[in-house]
Amino acid sequence: MSKVLILAEHDGSALNASTAKCVSCAADMGSDSIDIAVLAAQTDGIAAEAAALTGVTQVLSVERPENAAPLAAVIAPQLVALAADYDYVLAPSTTFGKDVLPRAAALAGVPQVSDIMEVAGPRRFKRPIYAGNAIITVSVPEGSKIFATVRIASSRAAPAANEAAPITAADINASLPAHTRFVGLQAGGGDRPDLQTARRVVSGGRALGSSDNFDLIYGLADKLAAGVGASRAAVDAGYVPNDMQVGQTGKIIAPDLYLAFGISGAIQHLTGIKDAGTIVAVNKDPDAPIFEVADIGLVGDLFEVIPEIERALGG
Amino acid sequence: MKILVCLKRVVDYNVRIRVKPDASGVVTDGVKMSINPFDEIALEEALRIREAGDAQEVIALSIGDADCQQQLRTGLAMGADRAILVGTDTAIEPLTAARAILEIIKREEPGLVILGKQAIDDDCNQTGQMLAALWDRPQATFASKLQLAGDKATITREVDAGLEQIEVDLPAVITTDLRLNEPRYVKLPDIMKAKKKPLESLSLGELGVTETLGLQIEDYASPPERAKGIMVGDVTELLSTLRDKDLIG
Ligand SMILES: Cc1cc2nc3c(=O)[nH]c(=O)nc-3n(C[C@H](O)[C@H](O)[C@H](O)COP(=O)(O)OP(=O)(O)OC[C@H]3O[C@@H](n4cnc5c(N)ncnc54)[C@H](O)[C@@H]3O)c2cc1C
Repeated sequence: MSKVLILAEHDGSALNASTAKCVSCAADMGSDSIDIAVLAAQTDGIAAEAAALTGVTQVLSVERPENAAPLAAVIAPQLVALAADYDYVLAPSTTFGKDVLPRAAALAGVPQVSDIMEVAGPRRFKRPIYAGNAIITVSVPEGSKIFATVRIASSRAAPAANEAAPITAADINASLPAHTRFVGLQAGGGDRPDLQTARRVVSGGRALGSSDNFDLIYGLADKLAAGVGASRAAVDAGYVPNDMQVGQTGKIIAPDLYLAFGISGAIQHLTGIKDAGTIVAVNKDPDAPIFEVADIGLVGDLFEVIPEIERALGG
Repeated sequence: MKILVCLKRVVDYNVRIRVKPDASGVVTDGVKMSINPFDEIALEEALRIREAGDAQEVIALSIGDADCQQQLRTGLAMGADRAILVGTDTAIEPLTAARAILEIIKREEPGLVILGKQAIDDDCNQTGQMLAALWDRPQATFASKLQLAGDKATITREVDAGLEQIEVDLPAVITTDLRLNEPRYVKLPDIMKAKKKPLESLSLGELGVTETLGLQIEDYASPPERAKGIMVGDVTELLSTLRDKDLIG
């Protein structure tokens, strides 16, 4: 019998799509049961979404006012208390999961496997290192609990089930610290498709030159119903907010179509798009490294190419 | 207040990583080694806090073999007051590193511990969080802004949803993101001065920390290569190729 517990990610009212990806990773582990823990101030809507995913055995709901904000110091001790009877504890490799899970693993006294990209066998996993320039297979000896984060760009999302799993209120006896307090969240992205789940992504780099010029990228993205990404250079220069950064230290994404305009293709950026279906690169430098990974490359000035694409797409 | 900063020695970020033919690791012979870029940012932040008068001493800590002295010397040249090397010849896991750092914390009692959010070699992104758990103190990961006020700190964190602000009581663990600051360049006279600054060496064993590995690395592989792409001559050709692949309407 192997039992998996997944820490749900949510924004206080809706389940994040990364949770469904953890469920499919758990299914790959050949586990006997997959439970999802929802820790929130109000769990009902989130727990119902989690219960509706194929493969889920049970949803554990922990409703406490302290869980209103995703503070690792508050969530980790509760997760560890819940994890007592489980063999695997999973969280998505998003900033939320990366923040909470190592804290929980250390409280439980076990190491963590970060960024599982493939389940290679029972207790064997593949994960990227060196910005994805090498892949290692790690194994965890029998007898120890496994804490792991799941690289969401590598997993498919578990679909909706015909029948919902039961939701159980879990009572946990964990004392929660008051030394960490949530102040606020300044959300970056508007109402464009979420970068991490969008089927198409249009991305801009340093070459855009200003935040006004980035309107070109937004305009094309809207035409294609695409999410918007950026290189670190574009974020550092203040053209766009940080949550748009794609790459080793930004978001790892796997859209069907990725269009990169004025991005040179540094390895740290490429790490973020290796799983994209088709990569299109437009760059005025024919020797730009991005052309080595692009499926379709076009040498040209983005300030001419983008308006031309828009005209050709019409409407 | 003292600030403890952790510096990991890693393959420089500009090096093209190659996996050894026998799958036992990546090639590191003759390869340029540097301070993990995120840790350099951690040190820069600590120095700025000291320069603003909010800390008296900045201690640089590295765990690894004797070669890590190079990175500690660079840290001293940047401005750290003294350095500690915890020696070990085997590669250690983040949990072991956190246990070792905790032992140093017990001796030094810093008000802040600043580390990079991840090391660019193993990309684990765990050590700071694990340390905060073992120390039973607050953690503020992925920091892009840090403001101190008495025995509290307010941190802006780069999260997937945007920028989050949290307030923590000190002592606390901070892990850095790239936009926290831009590290200073080391000047030649500082390199000379750094040679005279104290660098203490001790071993993991002396700290009472064992090197047991919880995870076994079985092999290293190169990532799958993407199929060779095509170049198109103009926008018309680009769009018709995308339509053929059914990627746009
Ligand atoms: C530890 C670390 C982590 C990092 N993490 C990330 C990360 O997560 N994501 C990331 O993106 N980067 C990351 N970087 C930075 C990375 O190394 C590069 O510096 C960055 O990706 C460069 O961004 P860019 O391609 O926009 O800019 P540049 O490298 O300056 O490239 C601009 C490109 O635009 C082209 N160009 C200029 N004008 C035009 C025009 N009119 N039309 C068409 N093309 C034009 C140029 O030919 C050039 O190729 C990281 C670096 C470090 C050290």
